[in-house]
Amino acid sequence: MEALNALALLGNYLIVPGVTYGCQLALGALGITLIYGILRFSNFAHGETMAFGTMVVILATWGLQSLGVSLGPLPTALLALPVGILAAIGLLLLTDRYVYRFYRRQRSTPVIYLIASIGVMFIYNGLIRFIIGPNDQQFSDGSRFIIKAREFKQMTGLNEGLAIKTTQGITVIVTIILVIALFWFLNRTRAGKSMRAYSDNEDLALLSGIDPDRVVMIAWIITAALATIAGTLYGLDKSFKPFTYLQILLPIFAAAIVGGLGSPVGAIAGGFVIAFSEIAVTFAWRKVFGYMGYETDSLMQLLSTDYKFAVSFAILVIVLLVRPTGLFAGKSF
Amino acid sequence: MKKTLLALATTTMLVSPAMAEDVKLGVILGFTGPIESLTPAMAESAELAMSEVSESGALMGGATVTPVRGDSTCVDSAAATAAAERLVTSEKVHAIVGADCSGVTTAILQNVAMANGVVMISPSATSPALSDMEDDDLFFRTAPSDARQGAVLADILEDKGVKEIAITFTNNDYGKGLAESIEANFTGRGGKVTISAAHEDGKGDYTAEVGALAQAGGDVLVVAGYLDQGGKGIIQGALDTGAFDTFVLPDGMIGDALPKAIGSDLDGSYGTVPGTDSEGADIFDKMARDAGISPDAFSAESYDAAALILLAMQAAKSTDSKVFRDHVFDVANAPGEEILPGELGKALKILADGGEVDYVGATAVELVRGGESAGNYREILVKDGENTTAKFR
Repeated sequence: MEALNALALLGNYLIVPGVTYGCQLALGALGITLIYGILRFSNFAHGETMAFGTMVVILATWGLQSLGVSLGPLPTALLALPVGILAAIGLLLLTDRYVYRFYRRQRSTPVIYLIASIGVMFIYNGLIRFIIGPNDQQFSDGSRFIIKAREFKQMTGLNEGLAIKTTQGITVIVTIILVIALFWFLNRTRAGKSMRAYSDNEDLALLSGIDPDRVVMIAWIITAALATIAGTLYGLDKSFKPFTYLQILLPIFAAAIVGGLGSPVGAIAGGFVIAFSEIAVTFAWRKVFGYMGYETDSLMQLLSTDYKFAVSFAILVIVLLVRPTGLFAGKSF
Repeated sequence: MKKTLLALATTTMLVSPAMAEDVKLGVILGFTGPIESLTPAMAESAELAMSEVSESGALMGGATVTPVRGDSTCVDSAAATAAAERLVTSEKVHAIVGADCSGVTTAILQNVAMANGVVMISPSATSPALSDMEDDDLFFRTAPSDARQGAVLADILEDKGVKEIAITFTNNDYGKGLAESIEANFTGRGGKVTISAAHEDGKGDYTAEVGALAQAGGDVLVVAGYLDQGGKGIIQGALDTGAFDTFVLPDGMIGDALPKAIGSDLDGSYGTVPGTDSEGADIFDKMARDAGISPDAFSAESYDAAALILLAMQAAKSTDSKVFRDHVFDVANAPGEEILPGELGKALKILADGGEVDYVGATAVELVRGGESAGNYREILVKDGENTTAKFR
C-alpha cells in the first residue's frame, strides 16, 4: 500500500507531466533536427512557427465553436489542426521562397542562414502579435480530465491522487502516431529516402538526380506540420501565450542538441532527457521517502526549482564536452 | 472649461510678475514604459490638487503652484535620474511628486533628492526596501509598503485558522519582498511556512514548481505573482494535480481575468488589494471625473501626494524642503481637523491661522514609521467565479 502510494505520487507529479512535456519537446526538436539535416542550419524561427500554426488553429477553433461544432469529450482544436498546418506550410514555403532560397543560391555558410532565421523569427513574432495580440488565449474545450485526482483516490482507496488530463493523453497518443508516421516516411517512401540521401551527402544526392528544391519543400512541409501539432498540443495542455513559444525554444534546442542535431531518434530521446531532468532533479522527494519508511522534515530536494533550466543546460554542456555529436551521432536519418 | 481656466491662469502667471512666491512641483512618473497607461491619470490627479490649491489663493498669501513633468520611464534608472536632475537643478522645483516604480524611485532618491535636499512623495512605489532606506527624512509615500500587505495577509490567514502555508513568488523585487513579508508575519503569528519558492514569469510549464510545492504541502498556497503570468500557470497546475484547493492572492493576482480563466475551481480562494471604503475615495472619484480625468490605479494616491506636500509647506510657512519635511507627518496624521479631497483651501486656512489638520484625503492617508501610508486593503473572496469584497482592513 505504501509503495503504491509512492508510485501514485510519482506518477502524478513526475511521470505523467514529464512524459507529456517530453513529447511536446520531442515534436519541437524533430522539426529543428529535420531542418538542420536538410538545410544545415539551426532554425531559430521554429518557436514562432509553432506559435503561428497554433494561432491559426485557435482562430479556426473559435470559428468552429461559434458554428456549434464540437468533438464531444475531445478538444475542438483537433478538428481545426489541418487549417493551422496548411497556414503554417504556406508561411514556411513563402519564407523559403523569399528568404532562404536567396542564401541557397549564394551558397551561404550556415551562420548566415542562422542569422537570417533570427530575422524571420522577429517578423513572425510581430505578425502573431499583430493578428492575435500578446495575451493569453483560451481555446481548450471538451472534458478536462481522463482521471481526476479525487476520483482516483476514491477508486483505489490510496492517499495520493493521480490526475491525467485529456490533453496529456492526446499529446502522448498523437506523438506516438506522428513519430511512427515520420519514421515510416523517412525509411520506406521514395521521398523519404531521397531526403535521407540529401542529408547524408548533398553532392552525391544531386548527382543521382534528386531534385534539391523538392527535398527542401518536403522538409518545410513536414516541419510546418510537426510545429503546428506540437504548438497546439502545448497550447492545449498549458495555455497559448505567444511569449511562451519564444521561451520554449531553449529547451527544444537543448533537446535537439543533446540527442544529436540531425538525428530524429536523438531528438525524441533528447526531448525526454531534458523534460525529466528539469522535473526530477528539482523534485522534492520528502513524501516519497515518507511512504518508503524514511520520515523526515527536510524537503529532500536536491536543487531548488529556480535551477531547473540550469539543470538542462548543464546536461547540454556535459554532452557537448563528452560527446559533441550528441547521444545519437547527428546528421543521419 | 476648468482646464482652459487652468491654462489661462498658468499663462497669465508666466507673463505677469508673481504676486506672491511661486511654488514649483516636479511630477516625475513613467509617461513612457510599462505603466504608461496609468501615469497620465496619476499626473492629472496630482495637478488637480495643485490647481485646487492655486485657485484657493490660501497658500502662503496667494502663491500659485506650477507642475513640471518629467519622465521616469519606470524601468531606466539613468533616464529617471537625468529627468529628476533637470527638474531640480534647472527648473528648480521645490519638491517632487514621484517617482512611480520602486527601482527608479530609489535611484532618484539617492542620486538627486538626497544630493539636493528635495522632498519626494511617491504615490506608487511599494517595495519594502524603501521603508528602511537612508533618506534624510526627505522621502514619503502615499502607497502602502508591501510589508504592510504581508501583515494584512497574515491577519487574514490567522482569522481563517490556517496553520501551514506554501508560498510561491514571481522572481523579482515585488514578489520576493512580498513573500518575505508574508513569511515573517505569518511565522511571527505562530504559523508554519513549508516552502517559499520562486517561479519565473512567461514560462509555459510549471510542472516542476507545482511538484515541489505539492511535496512541501500546506493548507493553502500563497501565490505572490501576476495574474496573467506565472501565477496563473501555477494555480492551474496545482488544481489539475489536486495539490491545492485554496489559494491566497495578493494584489498582483487580483483581477477579473483570473476567476474567468480558472473557472469555478477558484471559488473559496481569497486575497487582498489596496483599497478603502472611506468617504474621501468617492469624493475624489467624482472630482476627478468632473475635471475630465478617468481615475485608475494610484490616481488617488497621486492627488494625496501633491496635497501633502502643499499642506506641509503651509504648515512650515516655507517652500524649503529642509524645513517643511518635518511637517509632513503633522499634516497627515491626527490630531487636527479631518480634511477630505476638495477641502484643501479650508485646510490651508486652518494651517494659516495656526490650527492643526489631519489630512485624510482620497486614500485615508495615515503615515507610519518610514514615512509611508499605513495602508488600507480590501479583502477579496472569490465567489461564484467573481472577485467579491469580503471586508476592508
